[in-house]
Amino acid sequence: MHLLVCGGTGCRASSSDAIVESLKSELAANGLENDVQVIMTGCFGFCEKGPIVKVLPDNTFYTQVKPEDAAEIVREHVVKGRKVARLLYTDPAKNEHVSDSKHMGFYRKQIRIALRNCGFINPENIDEYIARDGYQAIGKAITEMDPQQTIDIIKKSGLRGRGGGGFPTGLKWEIASKNKADQKYVVCNADEGDPGAFMDRSILEGDPHSVIEAMSICGYCIGASKGLVYIRAEYPLAIKRLKVAIDQAREYGLLGNNILGSNFSFDIELRYGAGAFVCGEETALIHSMEGLRGEPTVKPPFPAESGYLGKPTNVNNVETFANVPVIILKGADWYSSIGTEKSKGTKVFALAGKINNVGLIEVPMGITLREVIFEIGGGIKNGKKFKAVQTGGPSGGCLTEKHLDTPIDFDNLIAAGSMMGSGGMIVMDEDDCMVAVAKFYLDFTVEESCGKCSPCRIGNKRLYETLEKITKGEGTMEDLDRLRNLSQVIKDTALCGLGQTSPNPVLSTLDNFYHEYLAHVNDRKCPAGQCKSLMQYVIDPEACVGCTACARNCPVNAISGERKKPHEIDTAICIKCGACIEKCKFNAISIQ
Amino acid sequence: MSHIKVELKPEQIAKIQEICKSFKNDAGELINVLHKTQETFGYLPAEVQEVIAANLNISVAKVYGVVTFYSFFTMLPKGKHPISVCTGTACYVRGAEKVLDEFKRVLNIKVGETTPDGKFSLSCLRCVGACGLAPVVLIGEKVYGRVSPDGVKDIIKEYEE
Amino acid sequence: METVKLTIDNREIEVPKGTTIYKAAKSLGIDIPVLCYMDLHDLKVENKPAGCRICVVEVEGRRNLAPSCSTDCMNGMVVKTHTTRVINARRTVMELILSDHPKDCLTCPKSGHCELQDIAVRLGIREIPGQEFAEMSTYKKDFSPSIIRDVDKCIMCRRCETMCNDIQTVGALSAVNRGFMSVVAPAFEQDLEKSPCTFCGQCVAVCPTGALTEVDHTAKVIRALSDPTKTVLVQTAPAVRAALGEEFGLKPGTSVTGKMAAALRKIGFDFVFDTDFAADLTIMEEGTELLDRLTRHLNGDKSVRLPILTSCCPAWVNFFETNYNDMLDVPSSAKSPQQMFGAIAKSYFAEKLGKKRDELVVVSVMPCLAKKYECQRDEFKHDNNPDVDYSISTRELAHLIKSFNINFVDLADEDFDRPLGESTGAGVIFGATGGVIEAAVRTAYEVQTGKPLPKVDFTELRGMDGIRSATIDFNGLPINIGIAHGLGNARKLLDDVRAGKANYHAIEIMACPGGCIGGGGQPLHHGDSSIIKARMAAIYREDAGKTIRKSHENPYIKQLYEEFLGKPMSEKAHHLLHTHYFKKGNKDIFI
Repeated sequence: MHLLVCGGTGCRASSSDAIVESLKSELAANGLENDVQVIMTGCFGFCEKGPIVKVLPDNTFYTQVKPEDAAEIVREHVVKGRKVARLLYTDPAKNEHVSDSKHMGFYRKQIRIALRNCGFINPENIDEYIARDGYQAIGKAITEMDPQQTIDIIKKSGLRGRGGGGFPTGLKWEIASKNKADQKYVVCNADEGDPGAFMDRSILEGDPHSVIEAMSICGYCIGASKGLVYIRAEYPLAIKRLKVAIDQAREYGLLGNNILGSNFSFDIELRYGAGAFVCGEETALIHSMEGLRGEPTVKPPFPAESGYLGKPTNVNNVETFANVPVIILKGADWYSSIGTEKSKGTKVFALAGKINNVGLIEVPMGITLREVIFEIGGGIKNGKKFKAVQTGGPSGGCLTEKHLDTPIDFDNLIAAGSMMGSGGMIVMDEDDCMVAVAKFYLDFTVEESCGKCSPCRIGNKRLYETLEKITKGEGTMEDLDRLRNLSQVIKDTALCGLGQTSPNPVLSTLDNFYHEYLAHVNDRKCPAGQCKSLMQYVIDPEACVGCTACARNCPVNAISGERKKPHEIDTAICIKCGACIEKCKFNAISIQ
Repeated sequence: MSHIKVELKPEQIAKIQEICKSFKNDAGELINVLHKTQETFGYLPAEVQEVIAANLNISVAKVYGVVTFYSFFTMLPKGKHPISVCTGTACYVRGAEKVLDEFKRVLNIKVGETTPDGKFSLSCLRCVGACGLAPVVLIGEKVYGRVSPDGVKDIIKEYEE
Repeated sequence: METVKLTIDNREIEVPKGTTIYKAAKSLGIDIPVLCYMDLHDLKVENKPAGCRICVVEVEGRRNLAPSCSTDCMNGMVVKTHTTRVINARRTVMELILSDHPKDCLTCPKSGHCELQDIAVRLGIREIPGQEFAEMSTYKKDFSPSIIRDVDKCIMCRRCETMCNDIQTVGALSAVNRGFMSVVAPAFEQDLEKSPCTFCGQCVAVCPTGALTEVDHTAKVIRALSDPTKTVLVQTAPAVRAALGEEFGLKPGTSVTGKMAAALRKIGFDFVFDTDFAADLTIMEEGTELLDRLTRHLNGDKSVRLPILTSCCPAWVNFFETNYNDMLDVPSSAKSPQQMFGAIAKSYFAEKLGKKRDELVVVSVMPCLAKKYECQRDEFKHDNNPDVDYSISTRELAHLIKSFNINFVDLADEDFDRPLGESTGAGVIFGATGGVIEAAVRTAYEVQTGKPLPKVDFTELRGMDGIRSATIDFNGLPINIGIAHGLGNARKLLDDVRAGKANYHAIEIMACPGGCIGGGGQPLHHGDSSIIKARMAAIYREDAGKTIRKSHENPYIKQLYEEFLGKPMSEKAHHLLHTHYFKKGNKDIFI
């Protein structure tokens, strides 16, 4: 029997470490420490219900486990064979317990390829990876195929880059392989900077060897003997697991000189990002690895011709790499049978926001947003109304009701005014103001713009300021016109992918939620009730009993009134912090 | 970037030299050197950057250009308990802004500042990957999930002796 | 050569592979506006960060617009340079740039020479939409003795950064910060004076806006001229006469020595003298020092270090005081011509006039911004009174002439005053790279060998290559000469010397590309290096036209030694005409 405990960042934050310890000591107390293994795995994906403990072989899936539950799990489930019902997932629709994750709405429609090992193996143990066919693919490539044949499989599989752009991976490898040089580099872009996305982190934390193996395969294909992983310094756990995995791979002769007795040699080093979103752009990433400011440069030359230290360099992101070993083993036809015509395979999304099942999911290309949000995601939190879903992070756009049945793939998302991006998917409900959401993303872009080109450096700032003006209720129709023109020019003229996509949140909300902009501009109202400047807090004298709770909690003393008499809010002083509403037990305060 | 003046002791200079040397005094390793140095000193005051520049044989201006480009690097010492509020999108839509406002109000500092007693500093970060727990706040290495503005005072209380 | 064929604005063209759209269009006579782009071809300087996005064009089949400055032509490309989409984009981007740019054109020193202004005019920008709520990025103003940084006006073209780092290897400037607040600045956004800046002024020379300008002393000069208690002397550096005419619409390379002297006299200077005289004096001192060191070296004196380095260039002096301060005994101790002039003017000439030194005001006109710093150095002051009071640039002189309403082009030639205005051809060529060492060789050869030169022109020492070397036969004694212009080249040469890899007896270094003719105070060449070449030709023409072409034959120099100094390197000469150097920076203690 195995007890798998989720060791993803979310679950660890909810003390999954302590759960492991408690389970171990409870097992020891029952003399079972040699019969039952407790394994900390990578992310199971169902973060909403974390920490997760899974029992093998019966596939029992315990949710929201606390360290103090360990005793019961061991006593009831391990010893007596009885499931702990209160820790099982409850299907909200049918209101009944589901013990096997396969039958849970969250997992039913998922196909796990990149995440195939996350939640199944101990990422710090190479033997567990090998037991699930790990390092078979590199072996197959080296012993049975030449580099071009290997590239051909990737080309034929239809795999496209998962970092955002969707460039065909096989073609990228082929270009790099054809450029002659004494030294070439394979770079893994693990500088996941999209706010609200943690796909790459979960893969590196849950299955680092798949990335290492894929990088060696890439090295074999393009003729590179050096690999570099550019990883966010803010990901200490992923860094640690990657380091452990690299050491183990070296020990097993799967990295280093003459891998598997062949004349192919490959090794991997880590480079750390330092908090710059633009470094997700490959030229910026390369400059950052060279010890410079992470400013992008004009392409061409592409990194495949002149990249790291001026040498041909192939850059792929974590998720792209994680797909590679399976494709080599199962074949191009298998992979391309999943997905849509031009977008093959699966995509990992970080599903978050106002949704019941926050988590990390992997779904086949072509699935609809409706399936993702309402079946996998379990619908909108607190029974609110769905309003929008944002994909592609700061480079993407907000899609609406009318896009819910659009099959998700690279091209459809672009046609809808958004993009795949790296896989952030944020769901919004009726309480979210779309002007404020656009402003939120622009705030991010303004902060993350490298400053090199004027449209991005100044243009995004001006977009932000205009949006701010609108959310303050000072916008004009001219501002809306200017937003659109400026957005289009920035897209048309910015130097790199960051700038070229930064106006997308503005354009997509202008397209899909123009009425909300109009409400801010013409009626000076925020329909979602989110824009502070456009709200007023009012006490209903009928409902107010004069308990003084609001006045006592007001941080700026804006509320006056005698005890047991209706109170009043001085709107000139009120900072609209909302403290009074939260304290009022009589629902006497409202926002107008 | 605002900064403070410090005087380096010979052993501190030696420590920086050692770090540079461990990266073969290679200018291409500047970012790794800065990471390691910040790990050691907690921050990167001007004088530290001068020593790094001299050892890697690059201009101080270039080092400063890199330090000010990356948000991870700081020229000001952080508080004893650095507070980071996640302002990633998932946390944003679940009310991170209000939580941040409450920290600002309770500590009476702005983002990027440290309380006068040096105990707390406040910063924002983008997505720690615990979106299931949104909104998320980090204090040091410890993660607080599903933080509400009401809970801010209690969290701070944990760190006040 | 491999070529590619493409269509630009419906015209077919074939260009060598690797040609940018901008250059291809230019060859068709299509003028695409550029802002950050700069190409100083002969100096091997190219700045194309593709950051301003003004030069964007439409390329068929491409999703977005392409920066023409940095997009190579490809076979079959169809380019449109002035479509409505392009014009709208350029205008909008320009409005953005201007929305973060101060609007004080009326008092901006760059007004009229500002590339940003030119493009705004060309694109017809009449208003900045949203200016009333647009935040501007603002920074501390930085006043150094030579250069003013008003980087509120910086548009991040990065030209200064390229010059300071790639060409000059000074490393005073870098792009700093990120996003909206990014700007080019010294480390810690401190003042230039606290940075390793040499004040060479090459950043100022290429800045398209008023972000980097010289400290303007014209107002102080006018005040001195209007003070009846002061006698105001002016000296003009050799490179000034080769470029000043450009400010008045004359062709680059027009020598305006006589008109300049006439203009200065019209402005009201009491004595119009020539730095060329002091250049001849420098040769006497520096040449003698060279021979002295050489002789002692050849006689086996181990305490003598060779090569001797020229020291007339104040930016170069700053550079070695910061970067080669383990070698401070290597440069010649001779002061620069500007400072020699000041020292002689306020001693020898003041005595002749019967005036006290503080009754004299010495103004220098220089192609250089570092000269402003140099004349303020403490060691060049006597009782807090500087040997040279104000140094103004060629550009400032042009402003002065214009403000006095002088019709410069039509002025009749006039001569300099005597005695400090008489010079030889050797003094003139100080203005071009290789000139100082050629002048020194002309004198040193005759003094050393006691024989007249077989030929005066040492063409082997001339040219535009960044690093040059030549061996001159001193009547059987081979003298190895090295020359570098541009501080990056100087660094290479000096690194070789420090490593013991080079075997030179004497090295000439000038900080600016091309020498003083390409100085940071010269009329702006806006990226056209043919202008620098034309100035160089003017210098050598002027030399060839002189009757006396060797410094030691200048009769007024001879008279100066006879009446006042004694002989070269005498105690008095040492006191007045030589200096010493200081260690700058503390880099060494960190390593």
